[in-house]
Amino acid sequence: MQKLLLLGDEAIAQGALDAGLSGIYAYPGTPSTEITEFVQNSRQAFENKVRCSWSANEKTAMEAALGMSYAGKRVMVCMKHVGLNVAADPFMNSAITGANGGMIVVAADDPSMHSSQNEQDSRFFGKFAMIPILEPANQQEAYDMVHYGFDFSEKYKIPVLMRIPTRLAHSRSGVERNTARKQNDIALPDNLRQYVLLPAYARKRYSHLLKEQVKYEEESENSQFNRYIDGDDKSRGIIVCGIAYNYLLENYPERKVPFPVLKIGQYPLPKKMIERMLSECTELLILEDGYPFVEEMIKGFLSDAGKVKGRLDGTIPRDGELNPNIVAFALGIEETKGLDIPALMVNRPPSLCSCCPHIDSFNAINEVMAPFTKGRVFSDIGCYTLGALHPFETINSCVDMGASITMAKGATDAGLVPSIAVIGDSTFSHSGMTGLLDAVNDKSPVTVFILDNKTTAMTGGQDSPCNGKIEDICKGVGVEEAHIHVIRPLKKYHKENVKIINEELAYKGVSVIIPRRECVVNINKRTREKIKKANNI
Amino acid sequence: MKRDIILAGVGGQGIISIASIIGFTALQLGLYMKQSEVHGMSQRGGNVQSNLRISDKEIASDLIPLGKADLIISVEPLESLRYLPGLCKDGWVITSTKPYVNITNYPPIDDILKEIKSLPHHIALEAETIAKAAGSVKAANIVILGAASPFLDMAFEKLENAIRFIFRKKGEEITAINLKALHAGRNFTDQNMAN
Repeated sequence: MQKLLLLGDEAIAQGALDAGLSGIYAYPGTPSTEITEFVQNSRQAFENKVRCSWSANEKTAMEAALGMSYAGKRVMVCMKHVGLNVAADPFMNSAITGANGGMIVVAADDPSMHSSQNEQDSRFFGKFAMIPILEPANQQEAYDMVHYGFDFSEKYKIPVLMRIPTRLAHSRSGVERNTARKQNDIALPDNLRQYVLLPAYARKRYSHLLKEQVKYEEESENSQFNRYIDGDDKSRGIIVCGIAYNYLLENYPERKVPFPVLKIGQYPLPKKMIERMLSECTELLILEDGYPFVEEMIKGFLSDAGKVKGRLDGTIPRDGELNPNIVAFALGIEETKGLDIPALMVNRPPSLCSCCPHIDSFNAINEVMAPFTKGRVFSDIGCYTLGALHPFETINSCVDMGASITMAKGATDAGLVPSIAVIGDSTFSHSGMTGLLDAVNDKSPVTVFILDNKTTAMTGGQDSPCNGKIEDICKGVGVEEAHIHVIRPLKKYHKENVKIINEELAYKGVSVIIPRRECVVNINKRTREKIKKANNI
Repeated sequence: MKRDIILAGVGGQGIISIASIIGFTALQLGLYMKQSEVHGMSQRGGNVQSNLRISDKEIASDLIPLGKADLIISVEPLESLRYLPGLCKDGWVITSTKPYVNITNYPPIDDILKEIKSLPHHIALEAETIAKAAGSVKAANIVILGAASPFLDMAFEKLENAIRFIFRKKGEEITAINLKALHAGRNFTDQNMAN
């Protein structure tokens, strides 16, 4: 078959479709978004009726996936690393219930925080839940591992976690496909108590999970994705995880590493292989993108911990993603850097697009908040987080999805009145509704701005789950109708908007202001699609 | 054969289009390739870069090691200088001279051009002006691709074919403009090298 040129994300999606996927569940989040988008745009998925629209958040996505697996079908659930925090409850418990139809959870980590608020390493979550983890080194492995992962999941009736970093998610390369197989038919679990985690049943399931660990380890010892490649120079053995393998090879033009190399692509770690390397080599170098996950575990085995080199002893920087140069430095290979960056260089941070509706919202908010001391605007995650930067410097927080409303509420509880919340329409549907209910129940004097640009803009314009329902949701949660206002964020309405906001700021209860105007990037995208359609493509 | 290319610009300037044309050509020639892209937050008017690697041997890393890139292809002059530590000693910088000013502390353009002209191997051209003459300012990125084409070690006709394929969705007129832009960029470099 001819090779396809695919992003790592797309390779996972194509792998899932070819492995007999019945449904994919996700909320958009960089760098994981393109997995689900690929399925949404795939003719193969359309013809096979693969379920693929967006979920309200990662928790609802994970639970729906668990339900599809319960019914016996193969399912994938995708998220960025911090999305796994949102889905942690069903994720942790899915290890106890186990799976029925093959279930793969994909977590896309973002070391170096290209587009995230932290660089947490999802492998810890996999270990925490005690389920197997797959970590591909390249796009082809990403494709191949999905088929393998579904088979593993169905063989042991356990969800499998696949972990990829941004660099693999968003890098393209040639991928060779296998023949596609059919989806599963509906088949319920043999034991209908499998998913009932009453303490008495849950204890049995947990004890089963603990017993299965030995089998997972055995699979890891024999996996095609864990390879011991011997080398003559035993002064150093190298354990290399996922994409770091490429950076290691890059430093040897003939692709021949003189040291023994243990390439890891599947966890739990293959203990026997590691013990062999420990006994045969003088020193160990651990190359892994993300946290020193493997390094910490191996150091735990040793009385002579100084034998292990990696992020913890400073051989590799403690934070940030790996690259070929960092690996070269750790191996003592000569620096290859080119010319220095000229002294005149300046940073060019991202900024809001010209004509973006958020600009008008921030201008209005800045004006109404000017009489008060600074530091009263709690915000959230989306394009509008750029309101923290020059020239607006409007917002004072960005923590996690939905935290704007709840933090503003907490601040008013502490006596900081007025405090306001600024949240996007999609983020509101993801995690804002429950916080709004808390504020209503406490009659907190918060003014909540739901910036409605009718899309999930930052991740590339996906459908926003609460599109067309925001006012009804606010009313349903208990916000008084008189204190819900839809305004037009445009320069010509600035005065009028400021007046409405000022009135609501004075109100000693929950009010919601909805500046509504479609994202300009989205409008352009729709126009382009129209032209394409007109040209019949 | 090996070409390691750093593509540079500002989010929205079309460096991914350049990458996909070169990438498509590479695949047609049966070469290996890897291309890392920037998605997410930095696309909103921030500096963006893409590492494009092409080789007749299998490629290991998605990222080009520092000092190993053969080319920096930039659609913006300030951005052409940001990734210099990535360029090898004999490497070329091909860049547009038209500044994209979306920050208040943008350095004086004359100073930037002076830095570019002090580089041992560079091609600097007014891509937008040339693109306008070819029919559309929007084809400035293709002018830059044309100017970079002599350094790609790929037959020029193959690049033309890639443009025909990739722009087929946009109609004949836009394809013709882009082909013209590609030629105009190529001519600029050919004349520059002859002098």
